[in-house]
Amino acid sequence: MEFSIGFQGDNFVMLATDSAAVHSIVMFKQDHEKTIKLGSNTIMSITGQSGDTTQFGEYIQKNLQLYKIKNGYEMSTHGMANYTRKQLADALRSRGPYQVNSLIAGYDKNEGCGLYFMDYLASMMKVPFAAHGYGSYFVLSILDRWYRPDMTKEEAVTLLKRCMGELKTRFIVNLPAINVKFVDDEGIHELPPITESEYEKLTL
Amino acid sequence: MSRYDRAITVFSPDGHLFQVEYAQEAVKKGSTAVGVRGNDIVVLGIEKKSVPKLQEERTVRKICMIDDHVCMAFAGLTADARIIVNRARLECQSHRLTVEDPVTIEYITRYIATVKQRYTQSNGRRPFGLSALVVGFDYDGTPHLYQTDPSGTYHAWKANAIGRSAKTVRDFLEQNYNEEVASNEDDTIKLTVKALLEVVQSGSKSMEIAVMRRKGSLKILEASEVDKIVAVIEKEKAVEAEKKQKKGKSS
Repeated sequence: MEFSIGFQGDNFVMLATDSAAVHSIVMFKQDHEKTIKLGSNTIMSITGQSGDTTQFGEYIQKNLQLYKIKNGYEMSTHGMANYTRKQLADALRSRGPYQVNSLIAGYDKNEGCGLYFMDYLASMMKVPFAAHGYGSYFVLSILDRWYRPDMTKEEAVTLLKRCMGELKTRFIVNLPAINVKFVDDEGIHELPPITESEYEKLTL
Repeated sequence: MSRYDRAITVFSPDGHLFQVEYAQEAVKKGSTAVGVRGNDIVVLGIEKKSVPKLQEERTVRKICMIDDHVCMAFAGLTADARIIVNRARLECQSHRLTVEDPVTIEYITRYIATVKQRYTQSNGRRPFGLSALVVGFDYDGTPHLYQTDPSGTYHAWKANAIGRSAKTVRDFLEQNYNEEVASNEDDTIKLTVKALLEVVQSGSKSMEIAVMRRKGSLKILEASEVDKIVAVIEKEKAVEAEKKQKKGKSS
């Protein structure tokens, strides 16, 4: 039931995740943060097996921090994504695979903005837009139709609201709110969460 | 006597661990490092050895950042230091991962000292030939300066020096360190530079100064900034000397 979505805009990458922390039939928290900071210009959203998400996310985060202290500079987004993929792949055929899906969004001075889709089998792709979870089945079609690579931040937020509107109509599970972040050349920015009342119904 | 310095694990009849003492001799051969703890700032200063003409100067780094809030300078074997620094960096992140808190300076110093001690008690390995000055700020804001040596002991200091001519520098610090100096950031930096100037040629070419403030991370002073401080010190010295001369003449 967890959902995450990301897409590139005009010199920024937006990443949104649902904010529900669920265990069986109980909702633990409605404002759970599923995105972690990997560097000054890179974030990663992690969804999947509870426990694995925190363990894997923090493990990657601290190792990337160690890289920064050892070498004096941060890894590029491309490097971080590939490092994460390799760790996931090594764990896959070992004592304890991590059942996590992630999206890595980052900005590099040399490469510009990038979004990397990674699933629990450690397959990774650099893509303009992506989503994880049951919600992805609905949202990817919306993005196929309405995504443009040169969107402004306002247009991106509108597109997000419309994606959530589609989920409200067609997805059996209710997602009360999503946490939104975006990355650009100035760093990581957090937007206020988009709640159910703001979901828009797309009219063709 | 020579029979007892071959293997590290053997005590001599009069209770010495010769390998550890020889390691301390190696430290005394290294270039000087000075550390001063102020109330809101900690300063590290190191003597820069002259490099051969064709060598890139900036690749010789004796002041290393261990974490955002900890840094260390060392005197002794550079290669050994690299190993210790890598282990300390790893431990800092490991600590953050397991307890979600940055290390305290005492914790990481104790860790470094424990690593060093292990090598004084196992067969077939020699001790690390370096002493380290570890400085930084704890999470609650208190500044610290610790010194470790090859035997694996560590102590907290207000100001200390290691390496060549350490005794001279330490004596100078003993005479000139006081609460007034510690409470003023510029004075703390000036004291470090003054202490180094006791054993080093004047100028930014032969020393490197690094400072760390409570909320910031390690900042290595530019050569121009160091030159400015040295110029101020030289002027003060000249004024002092003139005063003494005048006194001498009048009396």
